Amino acid sequence: MTTKPAPATTSTTAPVSPNRRRGSAKGGSRRHGEGLAGYVFLSPWLLGLMAITAFPMLFSLYLSFTNYDILSSWEFVEWVGFENYWDLFVNDQTFRHSVQVTLIFAFVAVPLKLAAALGVALLLNRETRGVGLFRSLFYLPSLLGGSVALALIWRAMFSGDGAFNDFLGLFGITGQPWVNDPDWALETLMVLAIWQFGAPMVIFLAGLKQVPTELYEAASVDGAGKIRQFFNVTLPMLSPVIFFNLVLETINGFQGFTAAFVISNGTGGPVDSTMLYTLYLYTKGFTEFQMGYASALAWVFLIAIGLITVLFFSTGRFWVHYSDGDND
Amino acid sequence: MATEAAPMSTADGSGSAARRRAAGGTARGVARVAVLVAILVVVLYPLIWVLGSSLKSPTEVASNLSVIPRDPTWANYPDGWNYLSNISFGRFFWNSTVISMATVVANAVSCLLAAYAFARLRFRARRFWFAIMIGTLLLPSHVLIVPQYIMFNSFGWIDTPLPLIVPKLLATEAFFVFLMVQFMRGIPRELDDAAKIDGCSPFGVFRYVIVPLARPALVTTAIFSFIWTWNDFLTQLIYLPSVESYTVPIGLRLFIDSTGQTSLGPMFAMSVLSLLPVFLFFLAFQKMLVQGINTSGLKG
Repeated sequence: MTTKPAPATTSTTAPVSPNRRRGSAKGGSRRHGEGLAGYVFLSPWLLGLMAITAFPMLFSLYLSFTNYDILSSWEFVEWVGFENYWDLFVNDQTFRHSVQVTLIFAFVAVPLKLAAALGVALLLNRETRGVGLFRSLFYLPSLLGGSVALALIWRAMFSGDGAFNDFLGLFGITGQPWVNDPDWALETLMVLAIWQFGAPMVIFLAGLKQVPTELYEAASVDGAGKIRQFFNVTLPMLSPVIFFNLVLETINGFQGFTAAFVISNGTGGPVDSTMLYTLYLYTKGFTEFQMGYASALAWVFLIAIGLITVLFFSTGRFWVHYSDGDND
Repeated sequence: MATEAAPMSTADGSGSAARRRAAGGTARGVARVAVLVAILVVVLYPLIWVLGSSLKSPTEVASNLSVIPRDPTWANYPDGWNYLSNISFGRFFWNSTVISMATVVANAVSCLLAAYAFARLRFRARRFWFAIMIGTLLLPSHVLIVPQYIMFNSFGWIDTPLPLIVPKLLATEAFFVFLMVQFMRGIPRELDDAAKIDGCSPFGVFRYVIVPLARPALVTTAIFSFIWTWNDFLTQLIYLPSVESYTVPIGLRLFIDSTGQTSLGPMFAMSVLSLLPVFLFFLAFQKMLVQGINTSGLKG
């Protein structure tokens, strides 16, 4: 170790015998000092937790039972009980539609994205020259993909006279304005999400490196071909990483906003086909200023994401394979 | 199921596997690289396409289907830069840079402080707070935008960068706290003990042991803070309503409304410019990380 905590020696303390030092550390005065230091270091985070996270959360819970809109003053705020929630679940067609769109988006785009990530990771896992370069370039879309610029580019590419239709034209296929077609607009958003497969791919690659080669050797001695090796060695050994990626990407998938906003010009159109949940929340809160209603939307969202996370973790037990307790 | 095979691995098994891998390895290797190159072309195509399109004249954007412009022109760049008559994109780039850099510093400092407390110090209810921190990792930010907006609005902070920066000063980006905690757990505790024996207080250990050694984690935090803030759209859209305070993503949004071929070129040009800083960070990314690891003394 070539570390250099050398300047530390400059601070001054009276030399203490080892015994006394240990005694004082146990006896509380020192530990008390560390406890105080702990809260000193933690104080910005604690303040942030209270002021920026916890208080707004409770505030939003309160708002969800009111008819608050930011335009009129607080005197006109009325407690409406469960009316917002009732409206949501019973009367609001757009809410139901946006839930549907969001679920389709997350549960189609995320598995395809992870499949692409795993496929490319498997191709890169062999000793190929330039693995590092390939890995970096595949990762690039994950850094750029969330931006407004990329969404604008996507919109132009999948418009009527965009590059995608030019490509189809090479095969004699006449395309259509994909982003303006209610049947295809969500699919273009999915393609944009899948295009960003690089981030989970990098995590898969790190996971693949952890699989002991002895397992493959043993499997091939037993006569297992490449495909059986994949299903009986690679997949089980990789299942914790798959699980991690699945949870992370699904939760992210529910929160897509930028691309849907840009491609539909903030409307969620055509015909609400790209009305992702977060876009609907934004519309209610910041273009219609129904902030009480938007808060109810936010709490439904929070509870839904919580439930889905719990669901993942409870089903994970049945297929996620942890090799810690080996040789059972 | 996989572990059943584990005890079977023996020395003579590896030889045949290696032989099998070598046979037919080259043909398969070439095929694999070909597939990878094909995927890479598809993946990079949108970026190459926008770069090419940004260099085409309005007539060529409509007529020339090739990626490479027949008659390259820079005209789209000044056109896009001055797309609005009264304010240039330079202002938007300046605003984005200020907010991104402030976020980088705020995240790095505040998350480092919190992470040190979680990773190294013993205090009451540490586990409880740590569990809460992990919980906020999964908390969708959209849940908080309405109440936060009302709060910052009552402070009179709308149309200032404060709602974007002040929360970062309070370590609200739990992802970076977690990342730094994980990193600090890898720093040998013997170094802390040595510093303590030399008389360091918890503050001294932080100053002389943790801060210098946590540099790679700080670099990672800085890079991701910058890129995420630079790309961020929703919060900037809400908190920066007037044109003078627009950032690059909000400025780019102006191109949505405009239709017709004449504004396509400037839109592509400004899109390319807005992606450029992220791309440059990407190019420097690995180099900086390696550097961070080398200079921190972790290499051993």
